[in-house]
Amino acid sequence: MKVTPLDQGVSAARRAGIGVGLAVGCSGVAFGAAAVTAGLDVAQACVLSLFAFTGASQFALAGTVAGGGDLVAGTAGALLLGARNGLYGLRLAGPLGVRGLRRLGTAHGVIDETTAVAMAQLADARAERPGEHGDAARPEGGERDEAANRRARAGFFTTFVTLYLAWNVSTLIGAVGTAQVADPAVLGLDAVGPACFLALLWPRLRAAGAARLRAVAAGGAAIALVTTPLLPPGVPVLLASLAALPVLLASARPARAEAAG
Amino acid sequence: MSATWWAVIATCAGCYLLKLAGLAVPRRVLDRPGIRRFAELAPVALLSALIAVQMFAAGQELRFDPARTIGLAAAVAALLLRAPFLLVLAVTAAATALARLAGM
Repeated sequence: MKVTPLDQGVSAARRAGIGVGLAVGCSGVAFGAAAVTAGLDVAQACVLSLFAFTGASQFALAGTVAGGGDLVAGTAGALLLGARNGLYGLRLAGPLGVRGLRRLGTAHGVIDETTAVAMAQLADARAERPGEHGDAARPEGGERDEAANRRARAGFFTTFVTLYLAWNVSTLIGAVGTAQVADPAVLGLDAVGPACFLALLWPRLRAAGAARLRAVAAGGAAIALVTTPLLPPGVPVLLASLAALPVLLASARPARAEAAG
Repeated sequence: MSATWWAVIATCAGCYLLKLAGLAVPRRVLDRPGIRRFAELAPVALLSALIAVQMFAAGQELRFDPARTIGLAAAVAALLLRAPFLLVLAVTAAATALARLAGM
C-alpha cells in the first residue's frame, strides 16, 4: 500500500490524539477522588464524567458540594466554565463538517483538549504545504482545505475517544479508591494540563509571522489573570476571547485588500 | 431524588447543550468573515487564558505556586529542545514533583 503524505498526517494526528487523551484522561482519578471526598457518591461522580465530560465544570460542581455551597449557584458556575466549549464549536464546525443527527454525538467531544489537538493539526497541515506558512499568515485558508480538515477530524475523534475512555475509567478508579489514591499534586500532575495546552499551541506561536497570534495569546492570558479576583470562575477565561477583537479590527483592512488583490 | 442529583443532572444537560450550541450555529453565520476570524482566534486566547488560570489561580484568588511554575518552565525548555509531546509532559510532571519534594 502506498503511504501518502495525507496518511502520514492522519497518523500523526492520531498519535497526538492518543497522547493527549491518555495524558489528560488519567487526571480523571483526581476528579473521582475529589468528587467523593466532596460528598458526591460514586454514581454521581461517574455520571458527571460520562455526561458532562468537561473537567473544569465537573471540578467546580464538586467544589461547591465540598464547601456546602448553594447548588444552584454551583451549577451556574459549572455552566459558566462549560460555556467556552460553545466558542470552540464555532471553530470546529467547519473542519468537522458534521451535519444533522451526527452533530449530536460529535458535540459531546467539543472540549479544550480536542479543540487544541484539532487546531494544532490544521496548523501543521498548512505549515507543511509548500508556499504557505501556517495559519497565522493565512487565517482563512483552512475551511475549504479537505486534507487539513481530515487531519483535524482524525485528531479530534482520536482525542475524544481516548480521553473519554481514560477519563471515565480513571474517574471510577479515583471515586472507588479515594483513600488509596496518591495526591495528584505530589506527582506533579497539576502542571500537566497547562503544559499540554502550551505544547499544542507552541508550534503556532513560534511560527514566523505569528506576531498577531502571540498578541492574542498574551492578551487572553492577561485578561484572564486580571479579571480572576473580580469575577466568578469561568468568566475570566470566557472574557479572554475578547483578546481576539483588536486583532480582528486591525486586520480587517489588509485582509480586504488581500481579497481584492 | 436528592438536590445533589438534580445539580448533577442540570450540569450534565447544560454542559452538553453548550457544546452543541457552537456546532449548531448555521453555516451562513459561520461563513461571515468577522465571525470566522473571531472563531479562528478565540480558541488561542481561551487556551492561553486556561494555561494562565490553571497555573496562577485558585478559585478567585491569584496564587503563585513555585513548583508548578518550575514544571512549566521545564516544559518550555523541553519544547525549545524540540522534545516529543509525551516527553514534554513527563518532564513537566517530574520537575513539578521534584520541586514539591524539595519543599517548594
